[in-house]
Amino acid sequence: MTDISENVDTVEITVNGKAIAAKKGEMVIAATDRAGEHIPRFCYHPRMAPVGMCRQCLVEIDTGRGPMLQPSCMVPVAPGMVVDTESETTKRAQEGILELLLANHPLDCPVCDKGGECPLQDQAFSHGPGESRYVEEKRHYEKPIDISPLVKLDRERCILCDRCTRFADEVAGDALIHFVERGNATQVMTYPDEPFSSHFSGNTVQICPVGALTATPYRFKARPWDLEQVDSTCTSCSVGCRISVHSSRDRVLRFQGVDDDDVNWGWLCDRGRFNFESVHADVRVGDPLIRTAPDRLEPTSWSGAMAITADLISAALASAGAESVAVLGGARGTNEDAWAWASLADAIGVERRDAQLDDGLPAGILGMPRATIRDAASAATVVLVAPDLKEEMPILHLRLRHAAVEGNTRIIEFSPTGSGLTKHAWRSIRTPVGATSATVAATLADPEVAAQLASGPVVIVAGRMNLAESADQVMASVQALTAAVPTATVLPALRRGNVVGALMAGLRPKTDDADARSILAAAAQGEIEVLVLVGADPLADLPDADLAHRGLAGAKRVISLDGHLSASSTEFADVVLPAAVMAEKSGTTTNIEGRVSTVTQKVTVHGTARPDWMVAVELASALGHDLGVSSVDDITARLAGAGAVAGSIWQGSVPPGQPVSVGTSAPNGYDMRLVLSRVLYDGAVSTRSSASIAALIGPGGVSMHPLDMEQLGVVAADEVRLSTDRGSIVLGVCPDERLDRGTVWIPIGQNSEDPRLLVGGGAVTDIRIERV
Amino acid sequence: MARFNDANLTTAHEIIARYPRPKSALIPLLHLAQEQNGYVTDEAMRQIAELVGVTPAEVLGTGSFYEMFRFEPTGRYLINICGTMSCALMGARELLHAAERSLGIHAGGTTPDGLFTLHQAECQAACTEAPCLQVNYRYRFKMTPEGVEQLIDDLRAGKLDDEIPPHGTLARVRQHIPSDRAVGAVDPDDVVGPPAWIPVTVEGAGS
Repeated sequence: MTDISENVDTVEITVNGKAIAAKKGEMVIAATDRAGEHIPRFCYHPRMAPVGMCRQCLVEIDTGRGPMLQPSCMVPVAPGMVVDTESETTKRAQEGILELLLANHPLDCPVCDKGGECPLQDQAFSHGPGESRYVEEKRHYEKPIDISPLVKLDRERCILCDRCTRFADEVAGDALIHFVERGNATQVMTYPDEPFSSHFSGNTVQICPVGALTATPYRFKARPWDLEQVDSTCTSCSVGCRISVHSSRDRVLRFQGVDDDDVNWGWLCDRGRFNFESVHADVRVGDPLIRTAPDRLEPTSWSGAMAITADLISAALASAGAESVAVLGGARGTNEDAWAWASLADAIGVERRDAQLDDGLPAGILGMPRATIRDAASAATVVLVAPDLKEEMPILHLRLRHAAVEGNTRIIEFSPTGSGLTKHAWRSIRTPVGATSATVAATLADPEVAAQLASGPVVIVAGRMNLAESADQVMASVQALTAAVPTATVLPALRRGNVVGALMAGLRPKTDDADARSILAAAAQGEIEVLVLVGADPLADLPDADLAHRGLAGAKRVISLDGHLSASSTEFADVVLPAAVMAEKSGTTTNIEGRVSTVTQKVTVHGTARPDWMVAVELASALGHDLGVSSVDDITARLAGAGAVAGSIWQGSVPPGQPVSVGTSAPNGYDMRLVLSRVLYDGAVSTRSSASIAALIGPGGVSMHPLDMEQLGVVAADEVRLSTDRGSIVLGVCPDERLDRGTVWIPIGQNSEDPRLLVGGGAVTDIRIERV
Repeated sequence: MARFNDANLTTAHEIIARYPRPKSALIPLLHLAQEQNGYVTDEAMRQIAELVGVTPAEVLGTGSFYEMFRFEPTGRYLINICGTMSCALMGARELLHAAERSLGIHAGGTTPDGLFTLHQAECQAACTEAPCLQVNYRYRFKMTPEGVEQLIDDLRAGKLDDEIPPHGTLARVRQHIPSDRAVGAVDPDDVVGPPAWIPVTVEGAGS
């Protein structure tokens, strides 16, 4: 070849007589896909390494030595290559492979969940021989076996394409399923008594090209041709994965991942995938409720409830001023919801507002130079000062894991407990509780670390790693890092659904001191006349459970706008207004990057529920203010004017926080320091009200170093009493060698006594542990 | 018992240290487990997974690919009677029946005393010596039903202990590399220059 193309990244090949431009290094099948020439395939998946397992993509490829049948998923493009996807030889080969694949495949399509959207069915029609010559008995296995509580495996249907096992190993890093046996007996299997309990197991169901893997929550619920679907965005956490919402007969039946190159690459975590069940849960609020007796909430009409709400707020404004009204929450809604509530608050002069519940970082984190997920996944160095992303933002974990394993990104992790990324980290540094920023500063002095940080772009992923430690430690760490690497950008790992959108739309405290904690403290002092909860449940979510209780009890009136009847509503709300939840309303949401994407209504609201924005607009009107909008589209347009355009990054103008300085906290005589954090399946309302994943909420317990257990004289599963100056609880104990000695870790929201009872909101939480 | 005993655990660590990546020791450790217990136990697979840093499913997936790893309790003597064409024509069925009668079990079973496991096997590559069988992969050629009965009696009486060690035994003398002769585990990424197996002759040779 003497003819060297000007663009070295482009390779010219011929497909079915047409010249197409392929990307250097890509496989033939990827090039033909882009050129609109479909080659049948089962094992090839654009987000995973090719294996050439199923042989269905055989086509005739001529690289100068004459046409030869080759698997197009395994052959990289080469200049001058001639590909024929429709030749007689190609057709015969593809028919032959399909006949072989179907030899042992049961033809139980009429009772198979995949029937109607099955690549094997579709391609048997489009590329198959039409008839089978195979008359012998097919291979038989026990029909579906549970490989996890969420996924069932039917080995008879399996065509051994290696997609699920490759996904588990390559993408998720949880190789809990594998091919076992060999030859005719080869099958996908877990280890005995060790289920496929990956946080990402649902993806294998979506990518399975046959009906071998089915999801328990969807089995036999609908046929694909009865499903309606719209694209939307998952708001279970703030990564903002694109999803397709599928419904039938006005019920949401499943979420499927949609491939977004910037965000989720088609993957979803199991919590996001399966918490659609909460849309139709029994604990949904269908009608406005008012408290008629201390333990009694009675249904009423919207007009009645709104009149009461407006009266309560106007009375409070008149008697005690705007300082006596506070708005908590907004992170569960859309940008439009948050904008409407922020505008209402502006209109009536209410400054006490916070979309976070003392479980994130000060809003100033959004004022720092921001990174995108793509920036993080292509950075030379990612510094994690964040909770375990595998538990809290699973898809961000996948992207960073991919960057570390397949790319050239090095991860420096600061964590009190270790995380799912620890084994992929270049440096994983245990941070003693109360000395996070001191540890970060000490690490920055390491010349090797300094050289690494100077070697290329640096992205800091910052989030609240420990709910029992002040957020100042993280903020001071981030400030130390940005001082050392001025070009570093920050990806805020704030976890709650649309928390970034809510903060940017204005539901943020005017100063860091006026946050949810101080609002509830003021309420506990009796300074709050009306506390409005916009999809917030402080009783379940505020790290300081005692303060949440005192604050709600101390507020004169509590108005709760709630999709599901929460503990805070049941115990303290005077008025409960039913809110539409995701899949019941349209609008936009903002992810951790600031990326705005659309959410779409798919089903009719439950009962008479309304979207949050509508309630805010009506309430404003009842209070004599016109917000100037009458539809969600009006608000979307307003937000677009402020820079929040779907598909792009919302820069906004959040002021950066003040420099934070933290001291180290001396031990107070108690012997252990507490780490509190979340795990994937916790008491979040969408998890607890989705039957399939609610069952996966763990038993809870306290993890400590084995040597600490030995010193205490306890063995695994023994019960211990944990005490602080705030309270005392009893938990089972389990060993965890990842922890430093003197540090204990407790996951919150589990089926155990509530560890939040130990937390007081100080800089650190020291606890005493005794045998029971 | 099912996990590695102390001596074998030491050996396991030695084996792992021979490789630049712990995962490479997976198959040698499966052999070690089979040698200890006569078969690879579930607990051993879990332990191997911990030792080499993979999941138990990967250990099972790798091990179950190989016919000679056994995952169910297996007798001290594994008798594989060939049932493929040449042996079948020359009377393999009679051999199997004789063995079944003599042991009181069907092919695929293990005697209650844990001494014998009987299998009908595929071709053992000794067609000229048909019918043949193997005891712990040691051949017996041109067997007769009477010969099978005699073999079983001899095995039971311990007369063949010198020739046929218990199932799973790899070697009676374990390989040991003195530390001064050990090359050590070199990570493939750290190898510079031509591969070690290319003899170094003349400067610049091979270019």
